[in-house]
Amino acid sequence: MVDRITPFLWLLFSAGGTVAALLFPVHLFLTGLAFPLGWLEAPRYEFLHRLLAHPVTRLYLLVLISLPLFHWAHRFRYTLYDGLQLKHLTALIAVLCYGAALVGTAMTAHVLWTIR
Amino acid sequence: MTSTVALTVARYRPEKESEPTWETYEVPFRKDWVVLDALNHVKDRLDGSLSFRWSCRMGVCGSCGMKVNGTPKLTCATFLSDYLPGPIRVEPLDYFPVVRDLVVDITDFVRKLKQVKPWIIRKEEKPLGEGEYLQTPDQLDAYKQFSMCINCMLCYSACPIYGLEPGFIGPAALALAQRYNMDSRDQGAAERLKILSEHDGIWQCTFVGECTKVCPKHVDPAGAIQQYKLSAATHWVKSLLLPWGTR
Amino acid sequence: MSADPLYTPYHPRWYRRHVSVWWWLQNRSYTRFVLRELTSVFVAFFAVVYLWQLRALTQGPEAYGQFLARLKTPFFLAVDAVAFVFVLFHAITWFNLTPKAMVVRLRGKRVPDWLVVGSNYAAWLVVSGAVAFILLRG
Repeated sequence: MVDRITPFLWLLFSAGGTVAALLFPVHLFLTGLAFPLGWLEAPRYEFLHRLLAHPVTRLYLLVLISLPLFHWAHRFRYTLYDGLQLKHLTALIAVLCYGAALVGTAMTAHVLWTIR
Repeated sequence: MTSTVALTVARYRPEKESEPTWETYEVPFRKDWVVLDALNHVKDRLDGSLSFRWSCRMGVCGSCGMKVNGTPKLTCATFLSDYLPGPIRVEPLDYFPVVRDLVVDITDFVRKLKQVKPWIIRKEEKPLGEGEYLQTPDQLDAYKQFSMCINCMLCYSACPIYGLEPGFIGPAALALAQRYNMDSRDQGAAERLKILSEHDGIWQCTFVGECTKVCPKHVDPAGAIQQYKLSAATHWVKSLLLPWGTR
Repeated sequence: MSADPLYTPYHPRWYRRHVSVWWWLQNRSYTRFVLRELTSVFVAFFAVVYLWQLRALTQGPEAYGQFLARLKTPFFLAVDAVAFVFVLFHAITWFNLTPKAMVVRLRGKRVPDWLVVGSNYAAWLVVSGAVAFILLRG
């Protein structure tokens, strides 16, 4: 019986992994280290607020946050299943992982939609 | 210059014991000897009750796969000199039931290999009068690497997923399925999709990559599986967008 | 060859070793694999931090200021540093493994792996540069 769901989940995992690989290092370096430690000047609030007004920025942020969450969900689910041999909890793990990714996506979409 | 080396071999005699034990033998060290030579020395001169499989002793039959110091290897291609000063630990392959000493039962692998239909599937055969199927070097190149598999099962012994999920079809069978999918003479990709793109097929694989590392023929089964994941996912997208299109 | 093999009376005595739950510690390759898989936790962590930043941005300058102050605390600096290392590990292993899944064939010949990997790293540099350029302008 051909599995109809896993190819889709694998595509999400791959897209999310690519987004995370390409974009997270620079974002994490800037936001998590360079700006707080003062190595580089952080962007001002007004500038970021203006950036957020563009629909392109909002789409970018949706992709940046949502896809890596699905990457985590798929990968972490298999890690728990194989690594900790939690086979009897397989359905629960799947629901929790993909559910969390969906919740994160929904929250992101909501925030981006309601910006004035 | 050492003249002997210690070989610590896993023994399992079901009529005597319920768990494997270790036995150590001192074998002569020769710099051109492989582990298989040492095992044959044990069987010929020291302990005739030792059981193990071997055949061609030159790395093409796939019979002599065992774990040497924890790594799956072909014992006919593993030199004693690389493991000095010893002792050298020899055990049967992981994740297969041990029948006796170093002999494992491979029925599961054979069954899974048959499942993926490793032969040319044609919708209709070319009549004899039309001659042979012709293939360019580039078309051969598309699948040649995967055809090098000698069914030695070292990859199964290296794959933790196969150990955790006995239903997993496994690296060699999946690589051989891909060998036929990529063959220009084959028309069976749709038929194999039903077997490969299921839970115990490619989707169990998490790309650990150990199978490729231990393969003595450089088949790269991990690569074959990842390629197939992409083509199965592409097929899924196509079937979603064009449900009326047949492959 | 299509019938099931006949089992001898000794088959119930086959020995099957149980796979320990610590299987991934028994081998350096396996441990590296699990570390690679665990990078996804840090990826999710940063996605959540970014979502938090987004919410703070929409709630006004004071909320955003509080967010920035939180990121300056030693706890977050330490966690972010660790997360950065893991995210880098993810990126490097991801780019190195891409040619295995995506075999590109141009005019019948397979594009060599180093070219695919090199293009990934090149794209990474370009994209990172673009993001840094935009964020450092204001």
